Amino acid sequence: MAKLSRNWGPLHPVADETERLAKSELPRERQLEIYRYLKLNRMTEDRLSNLYRQGKVVGGLYSSRGQEAISVGSAYALEPQDIVGPLIRNLGTMFVRGVQPREVMMQYMARADGPTGGKDVNTHFGDLQRCLVAPISMLGALIPVMAGIALAGRMQKKNLVALTYIGDGGTSTGDFHEGLNFAAVLNVPFVLIAEHNGYAYSTPTSKQMRVKNIVTRAAAYGIPGEMVDGNDVLAVYEATKRAVERARSGGGPTLIEAKTFRMRGHAEHDDAGYVPKEMFEEWKKKDPIERFERHLLSSGLAVEEDLKKIVAEIDEELNREVDAALASPMPPAERAFEGVYSEVTK
Amino acid sequence: MITYIEAIRQAMWEEMEQDESVFLIGQDIGIYGGAFRATAGMLERFGPERVIDSPISESAMVGMAIGAAMMGMRPVVEMQFIDFIACAFNQIYNFAGPNHYRWGQNVPLVVRGPSGGGVRGSNFHSQNPESIFQHGPGLKIVAPGTAVDARGLLKAAIRDPNPVLFFEHKFLYRRIKEEIAEGDGLVPIGKANLARTGRDLSVITYGAMLHVALEAAGRLEADGIDLEVLDLRTIKPLDDEAILATVRKTSRVIVLTEEQRSGSVAGEVAARISEHAFEWLDSPVVRLCCPDTPIPYSPTLEDAYLPNVDKLVAKVRELASY
Repeated sequence: MAKLSRNWGPLHPVADETERLAKSELPRERQLEIYRYLKLNRMTEDRLSNLYRQGKVVGGLYSSRGQEAISVGSAYALEPQDIVGPLIRNLGTMFVRGVQPREVMMQYMARADGPTGGKDVNTHFGDLQRCLVAPISMLGALIPVMAGIALAGRMQKKNLVALTYIGDGGTSTGDFHEGLNFAAVLNVPFVLIAEHNGYAYSTPTSKQMRVKNIVTRAAAYGIPGEMVDGNDVLAVYEATKRAVERARSGGGPTLIEAKTFRMRGHAEHDDAGYVPKEMFEEWKKKDPIERFERHLLSSGLAVEEDLKKIVAEIDEELNREVDAALASPMPPAERAFEGVYSEVTK
Repeated sequence: MITYIEAIRQAMWEEMEQDESVFLIGQDIGIYGGAFRATAGMLERFGPERVIDSPISESAMVGMAIGAAMMGMRPVVEMQFIDFIACAFNQIYNFAGPNHYRWGQNVPLVVRGPSGGGVRGSNFHSQNPESIFQHGPGLKIVAPGTAVDARGLLKAAIRDPNPVLFFEHKFLYRRIKEEIAEGDGLVPIGKANLARTGRDLSVITYGAMLHVALEAAGRLEADGIDLEVLDLRTIKPLDDEAILATVRKTSRVIVLTEEQRSGSVAGEVAARISEHAFEWLDSPVVRLCCPDTPIPYSPTLEDAYLPNVDKLVAKVRELASY
């Protein structure tokens, strides 16, 4: 079992050594807002789990449990004009960008009023008004596409940065290489966050690559790379902020590697029996939300009551969101045939 | 009089002059002006921001263009040879094609490049892979057979809000010359052109095979066989109306295309005729295509592989007496 963990074990010393979070100048209100997004991410997924068990989710359900700090911390570092392409485990990113939980619930339940009207699944929706791009299931494909968004943004003088994510498994694709290389050559304002969560479905990182750290690959593209504790939301925020500012000021792309751990299976149906139990136990101690709670309390930014109040508000909000999502009907059958082509003329 | 390749260059040049969102990505398109000179002079005129030399990364070229297109730009990607479009299959087929249906976002993208054989290019510089993409929802596919159409269709493709694959025929690049009228000369995507009217038998075709059909028609006049030639021009979406109209007129059809026969555009055209005009037919719908082999290099082998005037004339005579 030790063999499986060799790739990232040494980078994650025992829990108490990584307990302290990165230094951040973020004021109290903003840190509490980050806390709210983290909890919203996790509590929405808990609600989705319930809906899944009730048979209301039509397809598979994907969890970002344990990885919420990466989504929330990185999205929180963006400016309003920046454009982001979240993947399946980046629900928190979507919330920071203004997506409502009911939209995600309706997508999972294939309802008529969901953002794609039942045409596509789970988090596969986008809205450029909200600076969100939808992914496709083929991992890596979004990397050149988001680099193209960054290129267009530069041509249009929009002063924007494009950001997307990739998993450890997704770094093995050709598009990871082609996209990052082309982005580097063109020096476009682009940030790629590699979420190193140990497993791609059942395949451990040791079977994806011989390098220990994904971030070493940045050197191959001649771009800056930064490794960050993905379970420290402030560290992710600060690292992303540095990368985004560099990109915006003409410094080109950055590859950030965020070390974390996938605390569920690939999807809800997968019990992750191939993951050694002690790994879950070890990583549970480093839970990013509990760590952030301890930080807020110990640094005097919040008292128990503050956090309880936030949780209670989210709980109430999610009651309304679930009701609204369940009230939406299934789409009318004729919608299946509509919208293949855009009819909008120039 | 301008050549087919000059018509393509003009179309891009003029669209870039009048719309600053139009830009080019491709390999060796800058200082070199493109392997076939389709972008000659463009770097000097429009600068490196709009004439982007790419690494050998077809997937990233198309991916980049998709991202830019979603932002309202009008990228035109050059495949140095259209055979290499295979390396960008996922971006075209899974990203660009379904995007509007999936989440309502336009992808006004053009991927263009030289297709086709007859130039001894061997297997990786001679292909006609259009039928592979014909299967993909959300894509449009264009394959002009004349210089006028190349210019007008490329302009229409650049202005279209959907991803358009533009299959040029390299055999035609410098072999045909035509008079180009003043103005945009837009040719609508989705409309076939009746290239020759006739009574006896219809040849439905596109690309370089158009010229094979027209030459065969001239030769068959002596036999008293009057060929009608329909140039599809757009392969997706097909112009069903024009296809069915010519079938109803002549009742005998050969679908002539330069692709391997199995899973071909020709097969799709034949199927539509069988479904919608069976009662009008006096003979089976015949496909004259390439065999299901890779494309051979040696002239004797490639000539055996490609349809030509002799093969078409023989097939017409056979079918006329069915």
